[in-house]
Amino acid sequence: MTQKNRLSGGQIDRDTTLKFTFDGKEYEGHKGDTLASALLANNVRLMGRSFKYHRPRGPLTAGSEEPNAIVELRGGARQEPNTRATTAELFNGLMAKSQNRWPSLAFDAMAINDRFSNFLTAGFYYKTFMWPAAFWEKLYEPIIRKAAGLGSLSMKEDPDAYDKGFRHCDLLIIGAGPSGLMAALTAGRAGKEVILADEDFRMGGRLNSETLGIDNLAAADWAAQAVAELSTMNNVRLMPRTTVIGAFDHGIYGAVERISDHLHTPDAGKPRQILWRIYAPKTILCAGATERPIAFDNNDRPGIMLASAIRSYANRWAATPAQRIAVFTNNDDGHKTASDLHAKGIKIAAVVDTRPDAPLAENYEVLRGAQVIDSKGRLGLTFAEVKLADGTMRTLECGALGVSGGWNPNVHLTCHQRGRPAWNEALAAFVPGDTLPPGMTVAGAANGDMSTHGALTTGAAAARKALGLKGKAAKTPDAEDAPVTQTPFWYVEGCSRAWLDQQNDVTVKDVKLSHQEGFRSVEHLKRYTTLGMATDQGKTSNMGGLAIMAELAGKAIPEVGTTIFRPPYTPTAIGVMAGRMKGMEFHPTRLTPSHFWAKERGAVFVEVGNWLRAQWFPIEGETHWRESVDREVTATRNSVGVCDCTTLGKIDVQGTDAAAFLNKVYCNGFAKLAVGKTRYGLMLREDGIAMDDGTAGRLAEDHFVVTTTTANAAKVYQHLEFLRQCLFPDMDVQLISTTEAWAQYAVAGPNSRKLLQKIVDPEFDISNDAFPFMACGNITVCGGLRARLFRISFSGELAFEIAVPSRYGDALMRQLMKEGEEFDVTPYGTEALGVMRIEKGHAAGNELNGTTTANNLGMGRMVSKAKDSIGSKLSERPGLNEADALKQVGIKPLDPSKKITAGGHLMNADGPVDAKHDQGYVTSAAFSPSLDSMIGLGFLKNGAERLGEKMRLVSPVTDLTVEVEIVSAHFIDPEGERVRA
Amino acid sequence: MSVHDLTPITALGATTAQADTVADLTCTEVTDLALASVAARLGQEKNCASTLGKLLGAPPPDAGKATMGTPYTAVWMGPEQWMLGADFGTHEDIATGLKAELGDAASVTEQTDAWTGFDLTGDGIEPVMELLSNINLRTLAPGDAQRTTIHHLGCFVICGDPHAFVRILGPRASAGSLHHAIMTAMKSAL
Repeated sequence: MTQKNRLSGGQIDRDTTLKFTFDGKEYEGHKGDTLASALLANNVRLMGRSFKYHRPRGPLTAGSEEPNAIVELRGGARQEPNTRATTAELFNGLMAKSQNRWPSLAFDAMAINDRFSNFLTAGFYYKTFMWPAAFWEKLYEPIIRKAAGLGSLSMKEDPDAYDKGFRHCDLLIIGAGPSGLMAALTAGRAGKEVILADEDFRMGGRLNSETLGIDNLAAADWAAQAVAELSTMNNVRLMPRTTVIGAFDHGIYGAVERISDHLHTPDAGKPRQILWRIYAPKTILCAGATERPIAFDNNDRPGIMLASAIRSYANRWAATPAQRIAVFTNNDDGHKTASDLHAKGIKIAAVVDTRPDAPLAENYEVLRGAQVIDSKGRLGLTFAEVKLADGTMRTLECGALGVSGGWNPNVHLTCHQRGRPAWNEALAAFVPGDTLPPGMTVAGAANGDMSTHGALTTGAAAARKALGLKGKAAKTPDAEDAPVTQTPFWYVEGCSRAWLDQQNDVTVKDVKLSHQEGFRSVEHLKRYTTLGMATDQGKTSNMGGLAIMAELAGKAIPEVGTTIFRPPYTPTAIGVMAGRMKGMEFHPTRLTPSHFWAKERGAVFVEVGNWLRAQWFPIEGETHWRESVDREVTATRNSVGVCDCTTLGKIDVQGTDAAAFLNKVYCNGFAKLAVGKTRYGLMLREDGIAMDDGTAGRLAEDHFVVTTTTANAAKVYQHLEFLRQCLFPDMDVQLISTTEAWAQYAVAGPNSRKLLQKIVDPEFDISNDAFPFMACGNITVCGGLRARLFRISFSGELAFEIAVPSRYGDALMRQLMKEGEEFDVTPYGTEALGVMRIEKGHAAGNELNGTTTANNLGMGRMVSKAKDSIGSKLSERPGLNEADALKQVGIKPLDPSKKITAGGHLMNADGPVDAKHDQGYVTSAAFSPSLDSMIGLGFLKNGAERLGEKMRLVSPVTDLTVEVEIVSAHFIDPEGERVRA
Repeated sequence: MSVHDLTPITALGATTAQADTVADLTCTEVTDLALASVAARLGQEKNCASTLGKLLGAPPPDAGKATMGTPYTAVWMGPEQWMLGADFGTHEDIATGLKAELGDAASVTEQTDAWTGFDLTGDGIEPVMELLSNINLRTLAPGDAQRTTIHHLGCFVICGDPHAFVRILGPRASAGSLHHAIMTAMKSAL
């Protein structure tokens, strides 16, 4: 296989030949190639089809600004659509496919769209697919999406890993071109912590593409020498293959490092990419500039490229798109391309320069005052039509055309915090404005200093200024310092199908149509035409569109303005934003102390926040979760059950004012709670709405243990800290969470005391007299292990909660199971827990739903009038205490076989079913094996006075209507005899 | 030390501490650490600091610092709050012991099993830690201790030697997730 268009020289490793395929055909390239350079070397110019019209396209650029050469890389689960061939590093075995074509790239049936281009102009979709509206989602959109030029997804899970990380430095330098390298050398030699990031795999920026010299070295060699020096400095971190994608608040920059994209598959354990968060008090943006094209009819044929890109392919990659090339320019830079290509042995068809006074050259013809007005060629350029200065026409035979309309500084990152660029008349381009992200300065071409000398000088100066370096500055290396002036030449007069945004198929005509139809604001222009909305974000097209709109509106370009530049600077994989947070590691999990034991028992787990809690424990023969749950409830009520309730929040409250503090926190009284006693407490928000409930046990005069619901553990802790620090700083109170420090198990059921008596050391009397309902205390278990015992009950049974240090939780659970065998002890999960608390009528998260008050919960009288507490005053608001306020009630179906569903609404037995006649709603529902019926809890207007009333439970969403009876919320043991047994 | 018959398990669910080595860096689960929080009572700050000074053999650490003493180590947790650590074998009931020393000068809470620990020892700490947390390890000195987030988990990172030893304390219930994060970072970076 020959590389027909491979030139001499370049910065590729010719000793390392790499094989790759494009659309199934095998090619060879070299280490150091990109996919685009290797394809060009193999005489492949056609690399894709355009988004809308399916026009044949080849690369326009040699960098990340590429709009055209968008391909699918790799295969199988690693298939990656919409990847730029111009930045994809070649590796052995690379598999690339063109996209958005059928059946083949050379013959694309969808190219028929191009024939209907008159109908497919900007706004076509908006105008055409308006009617009927219902067709949009199911018909129009799928068809349009299928026809549009997006690559395909593998629909398989990405097998690669991604990661995130954090780096710090004194100075972040974005871009390793001449200004970036000089800034890094200056800062690095001064001993500062420097990060130099560049999106390219070879640092040097344009220096790698130019033949100019610096300090008597070839530019690329000088760059390599600078990189070599920097790499010896421990205080300098070089980050090639790293794109700084965004400038965020407080000197934080997002940067994506491509760790393994240049490999066939990542090395074992290595991520494909890392998203770095770089903390930099000072930053120098040295992002360079992007050459801008000139629009003329059919300027999108494969082979028509930016002149600087052709120069890069020739000088850096030793590749050329053709053996005969023309150049179309309005500035001197275009002549550099012609000169360098000529030196490489490429035949220059001519340099077409719009300037009447363009410099002439010895080695090729310069057509002064001329313009390329059209092109020809089926799947690639063969001829360029030139209108000469005298108005006559000339056809140039050429396989490629380098176009240079001047350079635009890459100001994008300067605008990520709403800064606006400023117009520079001399360059006819936007340069960084006055408002930059804090700590940022800009140097080199990104700041409008277009000469190499200017870039080197400003890079060094920016580093000195940013870091406050004193002393004499080092000598700036010798380099060209040609003055740069750019006379605007955006498009050829009279052109129509001249492409501005080649990725989104936006033409000069589309911009004119946008203006004609009144979409003249730059933001409207963008959205109406989709100019700049593709993956390249209009890096090569926006300026042209703005210029044309300005001309049509009779305004100057800066008056038209720019759209907002937002992160990311280049397309960024969603995977790298997730980092290692994927699958089961999407968020951290919290395991209860009995988790490993529960897993052995075959427990089914449920996520409760980050906790994994045992939901139920199926046993052999059980085929449905209800069988397990019913059994667990029945066994607990008949004998004894054990449930891991470690997840409830536990907050240690200590201090001489601990009791007074809790008296402020809870709406009911706590000041007089005796040592060794526990009390149920209700916390209100400042606005009087119920916030959370739980218990507080007093272990000593100055020591309480507060429990919270699982869901509100962190929220309540934050709330208490806020109260302690901000509202009651004069109180002597100290708080700390102990949720995970203690394994805590509910032991419930009539035999719970008997079971615990086998565990609790004999010196501790836990009889009903010695340890009555709501008692608490420090005890020891199993021969001396420190533990805590609380006689509290969520189930409504005689029950205790026992706590030991978490590391012993597994062993304690096993011990409880072993010692409880004689009582047929049964572990129960959160489902049985929920059933039993509904049977008992205990409120939980469903009832404490952020809208309910103590009054609603039937606890209005708990709100003490004898003291001030958080939320107590506002709980007295009339609106919360109306006569027909919602009250918690129990709900039973008249027919026990009928279903009760949470979320259903209560309606009178007769009358309309609508919001106006709504009487209340059901918050919790479960099947009660104790009552052999479904039951529910809910809130009903004036509910306390309506016990025994027959109503309808309706759920229009699930088409449910059930006749129900309003009953007490306490289905089981309403007198509380069991808990006191 | 108690003589009960319950066998403890580690935060990762085993009976012995887990150790993993990638390249020249080893991550070892810390299971022999007893912890207790100490918070000075209002108006007792000087007394608390004085007693802690005697216990630690040095003044209690300032913000962002740790004090490595024998038998106690201490990490600053917040204003007038420290986490004290000691060998679990000899100080399992650390809270009781400290309370006896500090009396009404401080509130003391057992924290031993609220936390899990992982020690990173060997070469390669910096590239691993920079994948885990936003601590600037390059400026970290021996005796520094910072509160940070690792894998969305609130953690302490205590620096023994930024090039040879750091200890990560994280929530015990999430030991598996924290261990996963550390191991992923080690494989990724080393």
